[in-house]
This record gives sequence, structure tokens and C-alpha cells, in this order.
Amino acid sequence: MAAANDAVVNTLGNANRAGIARFLVVFLPLAFILIIAVPFLFADRPYWLNVFTTASVLSFASLGVWVTFSIGRVNIAQGAFALIGGYVVGMLTTVVGLSFWVSLPLAGATAALVGFLIGWPLLRLKGIYFAMVTLSLTEAVRLAFLNSASIGGPPSITSIPNPPGIGSPIAFYLFAAGLLLVGYAAVWRLQASRLGGVFRSMRQNEELAASIGIDIARYRVIAFTICCFLGGIAGGVFASLQQNVFPQSYTAADSISFMLYCFLGGLEFVLGPIVGTFTLVIAFELLRAIQEYQALLYGVLMIIVILFLPNGILSLAAMVGKVFGGRK
Amino acid sequence: MDQVLVNGAILAASYALIALGITIIFSIMNVLNFAHGQMFMLGGLTVYWVMTELELPFAVGLIAATVAVGAIGMFFEVFFFRRVIRSATREENTMLLAVGTALLLENIALSLFGEKHRGIPPVISGVHRLGDAFIPSNRLLVFVVSIALIALVLIVVNYTKTGRAMRALAQDRTATLLMGVDAHRISMIGFGLGAALAGVAGALLISVSGINAGIGNAISTKAFVMIMIGGAGVVSGALLGAVALGFIEAIGYAFIPGSVTYLLIFTGLILFLLIRPQGIMGKPWG
Repeated sequence: MAAANDAVVNTLGNANRAGIARFLVVFLPLAFILIIAVPFLFADRPYWLNVFTTASVLSFASLGVWVTFSIGRVNIAQGAFALIGGYVVGMLTTVVGLSFWVSLPLAGATAALVGFLIGWPLLRLKGIYFAMVTLSLTEAVRLAFLNSASIGGPPSITSIPNPPGIGSPIAFYLFAAGLLLVGYAAVWRLQASRLGGVFRSMRQNEELAASIGIDIARYRVIAFTICCFLGGIAGGVFASLQQNVFPQSYTAADSISFMLYCFLGGLEFVLGPIVGTFTLVIAFELLRAIQEYQALLYGVLMIIVILFLPNGILSLAAMVGKVFGGRK
Repeated sequence: MDQVLVNGAILAASYALIALGITIIFSIMNVLNFAHGQMFMLGGLTVYWVMTELELPFAVGLIAATVAVGAIGMFFEVFFFRRVIRSATREENTMLLAVGTALLLENIALSLFGEKHRGIPPVISGVHRLGDAFIPSNRLLVFVVSIALIALVLIVVNYTKTGRAMRALAQDRTATLLMGVDAHRISMIGFGLGAALAGVAGALLISVSGINAGIGNAISTKAFVMIMIGGAGVVSGALLGAVALGFIEAIGYAFIPGSVTYLLIFTGLILFLLIRPQGIMGKPWG
């Protein structure tokens, strides 16, 4: 018996070690690129540092959308929760006078709470219905902020202070990249846990998952709440870095972008949303050189990726693996 | 109040064109056409281009818009959607592609027409009176053309061989294939028809409210609201959703500021979907 127990513990230990190894194989290069390579290469180019900062915070929000993808829902509401987070940070820092470091967790918590309350009923919808209703939700939240002026709310908040102790482009960037790494590690841990397994089982077949005793309604809401929390944090960080937030800060187009970033990166990997976001944001910036056709080429590029890499940019890695005789 | 009802009826007729188009595409292909609003926008801009650059009459522009946007729809189906549907591992892939086509069309419009808001002068001037309500002749024309087109589409879908094939595909794809229907051809025609309806709606409405390149998402959202109210993939649901949205909007605009109207519509929609997730006419998760 004891031997059997030992064997179980051993296999568990091995599985854990293998999991940690798998995590580090991706995490360490990612951390190296984000924290060492980028600052080293772009230290004297504030413009590009700014682009990378934006990409990092957008990736953070996309990670949340990835979590809702993992339960098989196409979520086009992340812009709404980023807007909520932005307004919470804006209000608390300018009106109440709290520190940014206190406001930011509260922004995440507020977005998560709204997501929890609204997610409970909405998550009964599936497929295109859920996609359509979340898109409407983005618009609804934007209009709510737009009209809040009439009941004494803030139509827009300007002169939000930068995070204390963070004042230069390089500091902004390191803060955003550090946040992204924390987010990546957290989401990776989540999907490797039992909870992540439950999420995947729901994506494959909700009825079957329910039949083996999984409380799908509860887990759906947990996933959506996590997603909204990440969206709220991202919105809060943006509000502080850009020092303003307007009802127009996040529109339906932004919510659609968050979803696209996940898709184009690849839904099979936690790295997907990060790869997708960075690729598209950087591609868009590079296309700026050809002013006139920037938008057009961006659109064409996206269609090409969708047609030839239907499972995302990261599926290239799997293809390369196949060619060189990797597993599967 | 008469005025509100008249406005509602006119809005509903235009919206019905939009909802009908998106429903035809959805029911045949099971694709939610995210680019519907962008197709609407391109239809309007085609009319603008024909009338200002080529200096041809409105009727020519209307036909040009219908043909051009219909052709875009067919092109998308044959070269994009067919491929992706055949090789897709997940049903979300078609949604991604639809979003991609929406961005593509929007960017094409931005490159060709810029960001300015474009409008054309009313096609016919003058005002009619109906009870206490005033109807500008231009809006009456839009209303009449919309109703005529809806009737035409319904006749085609219900009574022609092609229309029957479309309905059959929507009901049961496998059985339809076994009956020897050329599904590729029907899908192409269906997508073209749905797109053409979006284009013609845009072509009509540019004479009323004007159009700019960024209007696509707003129109798509309206289309989604209509099919969520009525039920996705059901023609009667599309028409019902259009009537509901048209009248609610007209009533809202008459009594409260515009953006509050939409806030209330979205809030009401979310509450309504709690009670009836599949819409009024929708099949439960069909």
C-alpha cells in the first residue's frame, strides 16, 4: 500500500516537474525578450517602447478573452470591462485621491463583480448568440458612461496621474511587460490546474460535462469573472499611462480586436493571445510607413493569416515540428 | 404620435432589408455575417460614387450598389468561406473569417473614400401628409422600394426552384445534397443575395442620413439586435425583429435622447434574452 502511495506521489511529482519544465521552456524566453531584449534594443526609441507598452497591456486583456475561449465562448465584451476598469482608476485617483496601487486592484475587482453579475444570465447563451450579446454589451456599457453625465457621473476623466514612481517610457514599458508576465504565469497556472481541465471539458461538450456532475453554470461564471478581472486591470493601467479615459476609449471595434488577437495567435496555447497581439500591433505600426495603404494592407494581411493559418500563428510551430519529425 | 408611427414604419422597412440579408446568409451557411454593416456601408458609398463621380441618376446607383455588393458577397463565399468551412476544425473559424472580411471591407472603404461623412441630396423633394404626420417624399420612396424588395425576395425564396433549394439547405444540408442540389451554387447565390440586400439598404439610406466608412459596426450591431429579438436564421423572426427595433427606435428618438434609447434597447434585449434566449421565433439552439 505504502509502495503504491509512493508510486502515486512519484508520478504526481514527475507530472508536476514536467509541467513546470514545459512552462519554463516558454516563460523564460518570453521573459528574456520582454524584460531584457526589448529594453536593450529600444532604450533610446521612446516611440517603439510606447508601441510595446501598448501591446503588452492589450495582451493582458486578450489573455482574459482567451480564458473565455477555453470554455468555448466567443467573448466580444472585453472592451466594456477595460472601460469599467479605466473609469474606476480614473475616479479613484482623481476624485477620491487614492493611490494608483490601491485603485488598480479595485478596478479589477469592480470589473470582475460586474462580470460576475451580468455573466450569470448571459452565459446561458451559446455560440453566435453569446457573441452577439457580448458585442451589444460593449456598446451598452459605452453608452452608459456616455449618458452618466446626466446623472452626475463623469463623461470623461482627464489628468489622471501616472502610476507613482513610474514616469519614463522605459519605466512604463517595464511595468507593462512585468504585468504581462505575471498575467501569463497566472493564466498558465490556471489552465494547468483542475479548473483549467474543467474549462476544457466544457468547451468540448457542456452537456457531457454537466452529466458527470460538473456545475457548469458556476464554472462558466468563474471563467468569465477571471476574464473581466484581467480586462479591468488592463483598462486601469491604460487609463493611468495615457492619463485619460473617455466613453470612446473602448468601442465595439476594440472588443473585436481583443477576440481577433486570441484567434490569430492560436487558441491552443496560453501564449496565443500574446503572440497575436504583438504581431498585429507591430504589423500595424510597420505598415505606417506606407501611410496611404496602411489600413488596406492590414486588412489583407489579416485575411491571408485567417485563410492559411486557420488555427493561429502558433500552429506554424506545430507544422515546423511535423516537418522535422516532432511528436504528432 | 402619428409622426412617431410613420417614422417607425419607415425605419422598420429599411431595417427589414438588413435583417433579411443577414438571416438568409445565416440560415443557409450557418455563418454570422459580421461584415453585414460594412456591406451596407459599401452599398451607400457606391451610390455616392456613381452619382458624384459618374453623374448618373440615383436609380443607376441603386442597381450598381446591388450588383457590386452582391458580387462581393459571392466572391467571399467562393474564395474565403468555402475554403474555411471545408477545413475548419472549429465552428468559430467562420466567425473569425467573417470578422476579418468586415475589417477588410472597412479598410478598403477607408482607402477609397476616406473618413468623411458622405451624403447625397434627396432623390425626390416634397412632403406628403398623412393624418398629423409629415412624410418627406424621399423617405416615402425608400419605404416603397424597401417593401417592394422584401416582397420580391420573399417570393423568390418561397416560390422559385433556387429559393426552395435555399430553404432545403437551411433545413437539412445532407438530405439536400442527396437530392442532387448543387450546394456550392446555392450557397454562392444565397451569400450574394444576402449581401445585395445589405448593399441596397445602404444605397437607399444614404439619401436619408448619409454614410461614412466607420458606420459598419453600428449597422452590424443593429442587425444582430434584430435577429436576437426575432431569432437567428428564421425569416419571420428577422422581419419581426426589424419591426420591433424600428418602432422602438422611433418611439425612443421622439421622447428621449438618442444614445439613451440604445442603452435602453440593449438593457431590454439582455433582459429579454434571459427569458427567451433563442428570440421570439427562434428554434431552441437550432
